[in-house]
Amino acid sequence: MEIMSMFWVLASFVILLFIIGIYYLLVTRNLLRILIGMEILTKGVTLLLVAAGYLTGRTNIIQPIIITMIVVEVVIIAVAAGVVIAAYRSNGTVNIRSLRNLKG
Amino acid sequence: MTISPNDFFIFISLALMTLSALWAVMATDILKSALGLALTSVFLSIVIFLLGSPLAAVFELSVCAGLITVVFISAISMIKPEGHTRGEDLGLRRKRRLKKYLPLPLLLVIAGILLWVNRTGLPVSPPPPDGSPLTMLEVMWDERRIDLAGQAIMILVGVFGIVVLFKEYMNRKGSAD
Amino acid sequence: MITLFIAVPLVVVLILNLLPRKLANALSFWCGMALTVISGVYVLTTSQSSWLFGFDPVKRILNWEIVPSDLSAVMFVSIALVVFSAFWVGQYLFSDKNRQFIFNNLLLLCMVGMNGVVFSRDLFTLYVFLEIVAASSFILIALEKTKAGIEGAFKYVLLSAIATVLILSSIALLFMTCGSLDYHTVRACLTSGQLDAGASRFALFAVCLFVAGLFIKGGIVPFHGWLPDAYSSAPTAASVLLGGIVTKAAGVFTLVQLAQNVFGFDKPSPVLLGFGMLSIAVGAFAALGQKDFKRMLAYSSISQIGYIIIGLGSANVFGVVGAIFHIFNHSVFKTLLFVNAAAVEKQSGTVDMDRLGGLSNKMPVTGFTSVLAFLSTAGVPPLSGFWSKLLIILGVWQSGSPTVAIIAILLSLMTLAYFLSMQRRVFFGKLAAGLEEIREADFRALVPAVVLAVITLVIGLIFPWLLGTFLVPLESLL
Repeated sequence: MEIMSMFWVLASFVILLFIIGIYYLLVTRNLLRILIGMEILTKGVTLLLVAAGYLTGRTNIIQPIIITMIVVEVVIIAVAAGVVIAAYRSNGTVNIRSLRNLKG
Repeated sequence: MTISPNDFFIFISLALMTLSALWAVMATDILKSALGLALTSVFLSIVIFLLGSPLAAVFELSVCAGLITVVFISAISMIKPEGHTRGEDLGLRRKRRLKKYLPLPLLLVIAGILLWVNRTGLPVSPPPPDGSPLTMLEVMWDERRIDLAGQAIMILVGVFGIVVLFKEYMNRKGSAD
Repeated sequence: MITLFIAVPLVVVLILNLLPRKLANALSFWCGMALTVISGVYVLTTSQSSWLFGFDPVKRILNWEIVPSDLSAVMFVSIALVVFSAFWVGQYLFSDKNRQFIFNNLLLLCMVGMNGVVFSRDLFTLYVFLEIVAASSFILIALEKTKAGIEGAFKYVLLSAIATVLILSSIALLFMTCGSLDYHTVRACLTSGQLDAGASRFALFAVCLFVAGLFIKGGIVPFHGWLPDAYSSAPTAASVLLGGIVTKAAGVFTLVQLAQNVFGFDKPSPVLLGFGMLSIAVGAFAALGQKDFKRMLAYSSISQIGYIIIGLGSANVFGVVGAIFHIFNHSVFKTLLFVNAAAVEKQSGTVDMDRLGGLSNKMPVTGFTSVLAFLSTAGVPPLSGFWSKLLIILGVWQSGSPTVAIIAILLSLMTLAYFLSMQRRVFFGKLAAGLEEIREADFRALVPAVVLAVITLVIGLIFPWLLGTFLVPLESLL
């Protein structure tokens, strides 16, 4: 299959993942679910990076990049999950409404 | 337009990946959501493999599908047993309202892309003429050594994060109870 | 270079965590001191390296050509200064030794991350270090696990994740169009005009995504939602770091660096001018209505970052040099104000400005240094903030938008207004009830305050001597 069609196929799936992720971020009020939404967005980005490597014929360069990105994102998600757990311990809930005290 | 078997498998995995992402979003049980995310990761790693990045696929499978799911499930298990009403957990009412409209933007995007396909030039840089001389591991260890240092620092930060955020301060808990 | 700024702090953190805890506690502070002082002095005194020139250290800070290397020198000095102050304030504020130790470690890691951001010559490496800075900031904000701290941290997590998605998508798209990620190749690819129409539109889209991501990281209106919450809810020692340097290193400096050296913005950009003006105005008006000392400083940061953005948007020498100089100045005086806030918070137990008042008699050093800092922020001559704002406004005027320049000057008066209101409520006037017993903060808060105040004053006073070299092009232009 020629590169051009492949590009649009991959790009449309990336956009689908982004829409699903953004939709989830908008709809949910549960802090953990927000993290899941963030992860779905990250999946979209991973697919975009893979597509970039594949389409340009540079998988040798893109692979280390994807690996580093995956490691970095795991740490971010772990820290974010830690923040959610801490929020749960201090508020007794993971509803996002418990995080609306700072204003002004 | 010819479609090779490899392309065919890529499309199947992409479709399954999107479906599992949708399942993760639509599930009312947060545990199912986390599992849907893991499934998305699994299919994504198949796509990555088929697109010619086997090592990255291994990482996606082990780290994202494995480790992140463990993180999520342990977080859920820390939160769930302590008595939650499901409605509060999900924001159900608002969700139902928006659920109806989800297919609309999806269809619009697909239609737009189909219309746009042949209008724009290809924004892809041509592959290097003689293939890149470096193998993937050479790139990783020589060209991107500083990224590896960055990974090490990141993991160190993560360790501190877990120490700070997950650790229950025993004395504080004692005084609260 | 790279060893001193990245490897050594990393090794220090590793060793500290292997040592017995009591020894490591005491050592961590002094290691941090040594590292920041050495790196600051190193940057100012090394003459053979390609990214510095001239002989006089002060001249070196002020008189640079716009190449990445010289931007780096300014940033390294700012980072070292702010981290230095944050170490002192951490020592002063945290009573729990264990927490203090973790704070010191995270501070070092965050410093490594920021140095890496300044160092990187590759878009993806930049992303890795941006994430290091972000992750260590999340932990620092939530360090005390107060309700507000966790809320601020979560908002930062969320917006930073969105910024990351934007930046990484942009990186993937740029890789697709250019086939490489290092600054030189991407710049050559974007500016050479070899891309066809479709590809260059695509590249423009990628650049917009990247800039939007950096706007979130830098807290520019309308992407600023997380910033006041994060600044005001963090432990004050962490606010010193966040307000002083983190958003500038992660967002604004990166933007300047990329705009100048990668994306090749060489025409005045109405988009940047517009966002900059919006930030200046929104930040200033919001700051006027705050009761919380730290929150007011946060909004003031948003407003000052707006000046940096319009300087960059003017895309001429004055504007950009002014922007970089303002990054340095801003990190000096904003850090100073946060150090003062820390002293006030520790001594009086509150940062609510309605419950404070008349502190300058009881806390003379804190009061005096805060006056210096706010005058510098408001751009009152001869303090250093005046010169950078002057350069920015000249640059904007030169770029053909005098209206923007005039509005920027008028809004600068707003800065004076909200800081006067702050001074009146916190330091001047009648001593508030219940504060009769208050004392001056101890030396751990005064050392950084005095150091930073002296820097603001000296750079401001020395500036006229540099007029000859620095403003020669100005005479020919006016």
